[in-house]
Amino acid sequence: MADDNTAGRVPTVIADDVHIVYRVNGGGGGKGSATAALSRILRRGKGEERGVRKVHAVRGVTFTAYRGEAIGLIGTNGSGKSTLLRAIAGLLPTESGSVYTDGQPSLLGVNAALMSDLTGERNVVLGGLAMGMSREEIRERYDEIVEFSGINEKGDFITLPMRTYSSGMAARLRFSIAAAKSHDVLMIDEALATGDRKFQIRSEARIRELRKEAGTVFLVSHSNKSIRDTCNRVLWLEKGELLMDGPTDEVLKAYERETGK
Amino acid sequence: MSSPPSADDALSAAELAAKYGLAVSGARPGLREYVSQLKGRRHFILAFSRAKLTAQYSQAKLGQLWQVATPLLNAAVYFVIFGLILGTKKGIPQEVFIPFLVTGVFVFTFTQSSVMAGVRAISGNLGLVRALHFPRASLPISFSLQQLQQLLYSMIVLVAVTVGWGSYPRLSWLLVIPALALQFLFNTGLALAMARMGAKTPDLAQLMPFVMRTWMYASGVMFSIPVMLEDKPAWITDVLQYNPAAIYMDLVRFALIDGYGSENLPAHVWLVALAWAVVVGLVGFVYFWKAEERYGRG
Repeated sequence: MADDNTAGRVPTVIADDVHIVYRVNGGGGGKGSATAALSRILRRGKGEERGVRKVHAVRGVTFTAYRGEAIGLIGTNGSGKSTLLRAIAGLLPTESGSVYTDGQPSLLGVNAALMSDLTGERNVVLGGLAMGMSREEIRERYDEIVEFSGINEKGDFITLPMRTYSSGMAARLRFSIAAAKSHDVLMIDEALATGDRKFQIRSEARIRELRKEAGTVFLVSHSNKSIRDTCNRVLWLEKGELLMDGPTDEVLKAYERETGK
Repeated sequence: MSSPPSADDALSAAELAAKYGLAVSGARPGLREYVSQLKGRRHFILAFSRAKLTAQYSQAKLGQLWQVATPLLNAAVYFVIFGLILGTKKGIPQEVFIPFLVTGVFVFTFTQSSVMAGVRAISGNLGLVRALHFPRASLPISFSLQQLQQLLYSMIVLVAVTVGWGSYPRLSWLLVIPALALQFLFNTGLALAMARMGAKTPDLAQLMPFVMRTWMYASGVMFSIPVMLEDKPAWITDVLQYNPAAIYMDLVRFALIDGYGSENLPAHVWLVALAWAVVVGLVGFVYFWKAEERYGRG
């Protein structure tokens, strides 16, 4: 994709020296027994909180994203890609630094709002409401969502509780619900890997549609092919630091050299 | 980097953001804005509470029948222990004591389970908080609403018990509605406050059952406070009687039970009920909102 570097590019997301730290209770020193926990508490009081382990997931990332860009995030597992996306979406507070955005960026994913004990039907409504759709919008799109998921291809499954679905079916329904809404700034976290081949093709097409509607798209993926197909700019994160930021080909080549692919 | 030289390069991130009207992501909205956001999410709040309620018993064979069976069994246990074995009814006639006890148990359970659900509202739903955008107060409010719906099922049992012991429907039964409405407001405020504390200190979930049990025994769920504390200093009776749990229990008992007249109620009881609801409701809400942008940090 050509990056028209003319003046007048409008920034949609600005990340300024973003640091993110997770705090894990009870992750501290060695044994997980009660006495160990007690001694941790007794030893506390020397400045740092005892018994709480800090994980510095993102360390000083700075970049500016512009309207019309599709940005891929690459890096090995645990390099801070998903964490960075959550911070951009404003879901995870930053430790220091700030993120400025145009409108409300949304993460493509409703998994957490769905309940496996409820029927697929009710989960479509619940997931839609959780994403901020109105009841009317959901009613309008309901058939579209169910048909896209293909849940009813093998019988009337949508009226059964979600816990009775196979993992592939559940993943397909989740993706269909998540992709039902269009967004200004859209972030996709490994969503393309769900379902069978037929569903993957359908979902890739849907992602391209969503990209057209959205101002800026972020995509986290371990598939260099899908990054190449969809993105014009790539950020390479490693150990929470921004290693490289540039056009897709350049960064991917360096990344492939590094990881020996 | 492929950025072209442009006038924007000279600007700092904050200046650039200001120039194009970008806002800080995940910043806390103003109180007024926050309330209107919450109002926009009312369908989600209601749907979420009903979904939680349904999901609770969906694996059981008897299914939703447990909504009624659970409070019924609860009432039966308390009846056997406090009504038959311990006989804490001292000063209350038998036909009043049974509905008195059952009302107390149900009304207190309403507050108790709202608090317990509130403590876990954020800390138990971190996945949801980290995945989607919505005013976080939706969660504790939704859980309180779930408990309110649970209470409505309990009311079926309560009405049966009350009628069974000779108090028949009359106009004063309507007073249950304002009493429970005020209690709901109080519970929600408390749940919001507990949600913020529980988000910071998840250990509260372990501690709260003991606090709640102490509160229950101090609120006269299974005995009459003035009768039981006759020979103690008057201020102790006052403190116990004006505690919100006792106030709401007494109001519902007064509304439902024939033999439980206004002589059992402390002075200005409706005013106190209103004050507890408004003060705790507002303080809890503002206290929760103050930390809005910090929920989700784990």
